[in-house]
Amino acid sequence: MATLFEGFTLCGLVQTQSASDSAIQGIELDGDSDHAVVTDSTRAVTLYKVSDQKPLGSWTVKQGQLLTCPAVFNFQTNEYVVVSDNKVIRVWKEEDLHLDKAFKATVSADVWRVHSAPGGEPVVLFQRGAVRLLDSLLSAPQQPIEDILSEEEKEVIRWSTNIVAEKQHFVLFTTEQKGEHFLYVQRLNPNTLQKYRLEREDSRAPPLSFSASLRDKHINLLYLYPNGCVYQSVVAVQGPVGLEGVQALPRSLRLRLPVGEGELGAASAVALDEAHVAVVGMPHPSARTGKDFLCIWNTNFQTLQADKEMVGRICGQVWCYLGKLFVPHGKALSVIPYECQKSSLASALGKLRHPGIAVSKSSVAIPSWNTLLHGDQPQGPTKIVDSRKSKLRRKSQSAPALTVDQVLELIKTGPVEEVRREVEALVSRGDAQDLQLSVGRLACQLVARSQVETAFYAPGALARLVKTQCLCHSMCPDLLLLALEHKDYFLCQLCLQLFPDIPEVVTCACLKTFIGVPDDDVEMVSLEPDSVSFMEGLVAAGARGGQQNGFSPALFEEDSCDPHHQPKPPQHQDKKNPTLQLEVCPVGLRKAVLLNEVLQTPYSDNLLVPHLKDLNAPQVILFLQYLQFIYLKYSQDVYTQTPVLRSPTMTQIIDWVCLLLDAHFTVLVMAPDAKGLLSNLQSFVKSQVKLFSELGKIEGSLQELHKMKPSKDISQYSIEVIELF
Amino acid sequence: MGEFKVHRVRFFDYMPTAIRAMAFNAHTERLALGRMDGSVEIFNFADHYFQEKVIPGKDSRSIEALCWVGGRLFSAGLNGEITEYDLENLRPKYSLEAYGGPIWTITSNSQGAHLAIGCEDGTVKLFEVLEESIQFERNLDRQKGRIISLSWHPSGTQIAAGMMDMIRVFDVPTGRAVQRLLVDRGFGGSKSRETVVWSVVFLSDCTIISGDSAGKVQVWDGHTGTLVKTHLVTKWDVLALSVSKDESSVVVGTSEGTVIQFQFIAPTLQQQQDKEWVRTRTFKNHTHDVRALAEIETAIVSGGMDTQLVVRPLLEKFDERSHASALRKIQFPHRNLVFCAKKAGLLLFQFPGQLELWRLGESDGHGKPGDSLPLKRKPEKLLHLKRKGEDHICCSALSSCGGWLAYSTMSSVRLYRLQTDNNDISITKVPKLPKILRSAHQLCFSSDSSKLFAASSQSSVLVIALSQSECKYVHTLKPKSGSRQPIHLMTNSVDGKWLATANSDCEIHVYNVQKLKLHCIVPVYGSCPSAMGIHPTTNNLTMVHADQQIFEYSIVEKQYTDWSRKLQKQGLHNLWLDRDTPVTHVTFNPKNPEQILLHDMHMFCIIDQSLPLPDQKTQFYNQMTLRSLSEQERPSHLHAFKICKTFQDLLSVSLLDDQSLVMVERPLLAITSQLPAPVRQKKFAT
Repeated sequence: MATLFEGFTLCGLVQTQSASDSAIQGIELDGDSDHAVVTDSTRAVTLYKVSDQKPLGSWTVKQGQLLTCPAVFNFQTNEYVVVSDNKVIRVWKEEDLHLDKAFKATVSADVWRVHSAPGGEPVVLFQRGAVRLLDSLLSAPQQPIEDILSEEEKEVIRWSTNIVAEKQHFVLFTTEQKGEHFLYVQRLNPNTLQKYRLEREDSRAPPLSFSASLRDKHINLLYLYPNGCVYQSVVAVQGPVGLEGVQALPRSLRLRLPVGEGELGAASAVALDEAHVAVVGMPHPSARTGKDFLCIWNTNFQTLQADKEMVGRICGQVWCYLGKLFVPHGKALSVIPYECQKSSLASALGKLRHPGIAVSKSSVAIPSWNTLLHGDQPQGPTKIVDSRKSKLRRKSQSAPALTVDQVLELIKTGPVEEVRREVEALVSRGDAQDLQLSVGRLACQLVARSQVETAFYAPGALARLVKTQCLCHSMCPDLLLLALEHKDYFLCQLCLQLFPDIPEVVTCACLKTFIGVPDDDVEMVSLEPDSVSFMEGLVAAGARGGQQNGFSPALFEEDSCDPHHQPKPPQHQDKKNPTLQLEVCPVGLRKAVLLNEVLQTPYSDNLLVPHLKDLNAPQVILFLQYLQFIYLKYSQDVYTQTPVLRSPTMTQIIDWVCLLLDAHFTVLVMAPDAKGLLSNLQSFVKSQVKLFSELGKIEGSLQELHKMKPSKDISQYSIEVIELF
Repeated sequence: MGEFKVHRVRFFDYMPTAIRAMAFNAHTERLALGRMDGSVEIFNFADHYFQEKVIPGKDSRSIEALCWVGGRLFSAGLNGEITEYDLENLRPKYSLEAYGGPIWTITSNSQGAHLAIGCEDGTVKLFEVLEESIQFERNLDRQKGRIISLSWHPSGTQIAAGMMDMIRVFDVPTGRAVQRLLVDRGFGGSKSRETVVWSVVFLSDCTIISGDSAGKVQVWDGHTGTLVKTHLVTKWDVLALSVSKDESSVVVGTSEGTVIQFQFIAPTLQQQQDKEWVRTRTFKNHTHDVRALAEIETAIVSGGMDTQLVVRPLLEKFDERSHASALRKIQFPHRNLVFCAKKAGLLLFQFPGQLELWRLGESDGHGKPGDSLPLKRKPEKLLHLKRKGEDHICCSALSSCGGWLAYSTMSSVRLYRLQTDNNDISITKVPKLPKILRSAHQLCFSSDSSKLFAASSQSSVLVIALSQSECKYVHTLKPKSGSRQPIHLMTNSVDGKWLATANSDCEIHVYNVQKLKLHCIVPVYGSCPSAMGIHPTTNNLTMVHADQQIFEYSIVEKQYTDWSRKLQKQGLHNLWLDRDTPVTHVTFNPKNPEQILLHDMHMFCIIDQSLPLPDQKTQFYNQMTLRSLSEQERPSHLHAFKICKTFQDLLSVSLLDDQSLVMVERPLLAITSQLPAPVRQKKFAT
């Protein structure tokens, strides 16, 4: 979550003549974290103490002179540097009172900007693209300055910044030339210049703002277009040295802002951290049309995190220093502290740790709920196995592994076996990051082909993809239904186990299929061994019960609530009614395993009940019988004897019984087959009620015990009686 | 024995202040303790850690460091002054402006000839210790940045100074800085913060050990100025360091409240020659910053923000387990802060800055033992009297009728007349006090409220007569011994005839107040009396000493009573002697002359002189047993010491005239809850 705190006004602004110009040229940091150096659009530089909202010093150039670049602070010499009238560099200290008396040097070419950052020497960027370190420039001010940008082709600098990485110093600037935009990355020491072409936006509009930041040894460039698109491009710090010519700069869409009517005019976006972007000068998505909001967006989830209306005209400027946003608007410069907490989903996913490195084609990442919910717990061991397997495979087949796109192509036409092999190879070598995307695309492609081509069905490949745990139902909604259609129960089981987001309607469809399937059909299916062995244990434990040697409980009371008892004495038994043959599981073993998976699928009551109504009466009765069976088994403490990772809990069973009864109560009451079943279930309910009332009693007595202990209250004063012997 | 109605009072918000500095004088075995409020306490470690003297604080005084030179005590503080204390009159002797800004540290060389102070302006100033004062001698080379800590080399030719981000070594004769040891900053976020070298010690082999705000204890070679070893002991600050006398062990105190010991030992048994400083033990007896430390012969003494003084004996120095080898925490002062007007049912609470007068509540109910009675009237705060001036209150007194109130600071004594009718209280200051009455170490009213006794310098007592119209100086009672020590206990008899005083020389004088002359001197016992009282009917003086011994002395016969001799002959029970807090109050039950009431911090005791004394085999704490016995069996199990531990953290116990007891408790938990939050520590699963 991100928060914008209550802001305050740092200073008032003088209105400029033209509406588009801002009253502020720039805001820079000082050596002190609480200081801000504000350069106005004409002649004055003012140093503010931000927390006190008061100026500490102000310097102006003479009438007729003009500051042409924001003043910066030289962190190495603790001096301020500013350029007036494009060519005069002035350097002064905080103690100096008059700018005119400060050190001056006139250089031979027009200066675009002076940039400075903590840890680096200030650099001077000339309008024609040359870059000089300030020191070396001042030592020989009249040195010739070469032209990087040619004058004839009218290439002009639009924006620039500098970035100090650990040992590297960069100057970045963007230029515009005949509607094309370029990014220049100038590395200093050793000096190299790299030119990139920005991808052209459809509307041909120029970017409104740029913001660059350094993250994980990559420079992230964030830029905003008038149509509300925020793109990000990544340039590596240790970039490809020696690449000649103009490179295309790949970009990824980070955010599509709602722009309301028309396009954004004066707006600006600045990256706050890897997941948050502050945008000023945009309309609020749910408020009126005015484009005067400051918003913080989460780029991972495309959600608006915080917003604030800025009164007055916004000139599309925002600076962000040390947890504070500086926004000039109307007649004031406001300072708005903000806070961005790492959103939990982002951190849980760990997905965008190196954003932009992998993502080139797909612009928006799909968050995997799977990794979120299960963490990376099952990944450890499988990965090792996978890599070993893949090594073996790579040894066995000398052909080079295919890329995702190649595999996708293959899926469109290739035979099942080859598809399976390539998918497996791809999955086992893929690293966790792009795995998620490629797995989703592969699965969709496979499913699509299967749907078109009925003969084609690749169970192995699909199962392998599901097992990566990178897939979820919403990524490939047709997968589970396809598996059902093809009676691929193993894949169904995997999906039910591993997909956290199966809609209730699909769950119900699975349930219906599972109940309806003849036992013989399922018995030969290979299912996940752990769940099968659990079920075998459960059934065998029942067989070991007291009934084995012909024992039948004689002392049976009609109103007994003990779940352990046999629900009906044998003489009342209706032979046709399978309910009462409790030691026998009413469904086949594998079928039971599948039903167990359904029981463990997450759902919400309100959504499930309507779909449950789709089941017909025999199905409901059978399912209830099964539920009753495992309830009784559980009551016999069987499940404590067979510890397995996944088994339905008692609560899940009871909940499903309740849901089924809710959905089909009238039908069941009318059905003669269900009579015995219902009365048994009633006894369950009774026993549960009794259990809870007993627990309630225990709770009451425990609370009393708790109360008894600290009977002595500690008051300030009391009169007590003591006795000494 | 009987039932008592007990007023259980917990509304005395006594709050000790944090310990800032300490200095141990190995020669006299006295520990000087400086607190945040500028007060200095002297503990006699030879006499059961008894708090012998308290020099009250002052608003403008701050103590950053303490230092003994011989028997003289010096302090320096952030007010920029060096102060020498007059330990006989319990006041600063003089204060000297050092002209170097706030002073962070003061230390003397081992010869006791010079003092060095570290100032905010970056100077180390040397002062020569003269007979009666000190004199500025010279500055060592001035440095950039404040001097936080100092340590003399035992030879006196070099000084190590802890500063911001570095340690400087100075050559004393030339005043030049000869070494510069750079101290690393902390990791992560603290990288941008300067490291404060809170403490240094300079050992005779030229090893320098430092503790700093980055949590490091570093060992340096002082010859070459090289770092030998770094021990990262805490995420927070290492605040205090102290070295043992034989330089084989160093203890450090941290912000986490731990005290960590380092020893100079060989890491393996084979190579006994290659010794190095090894972290050995960690003690955690504090919840907050350990600001002051001293390693003495057999124990580590530590104190800090959590206000308690902890004496942690080093168990390897003891052959057998005894009460000397037990951990000792000194939380409460060893003197009275609560005064009770027995007739009026009033309580006077003494704070450093104010006095509070409370009227106890009432109840007319009766109840079984263990019951709480319903209150008819709640206790009521009658008066909140703020002191005048900067000096803190050092003593106060309330007359037993509740009509007079007096307090003294270092500079003045104030006397007030209190009048209570029903619910109204009026207070009038008695205007003209005798000029001779300038300050008092102890104050006490005679039981008929006709006289005020004020303990003055050189163990003398001023007698002031009080009447409605005026108060008049009567006489000065002077001891014959010529002791110069201050009186710390004073009590008088109910019949108004006798006055007994005790001073830090352990002398107890008994004066005849009617004749205004010295009556007798009780034979001097080796331990300081911690409480005494004169019996209302027999006029026997009962004294309890810091070593827990009890004596009863007949004033009339000028000799110990038979009961006292019997007690000494038989000896006190070991469990009584093993208690670790001194008895701070002795009072009597006028209705039952056999009974003596005593209390310390953890128990309240009634001694019944008519019952047999317990021998070592008797069950000493026998109240629970007696309770379970039948009426017939009980007499055979009774003994003289009836101890009740129902009430804890006791500051005062007194018996009102209506036979009800007043127990003033100050639960330690309540003190702890008022402390600032300790540094955050990661606990498991938080």
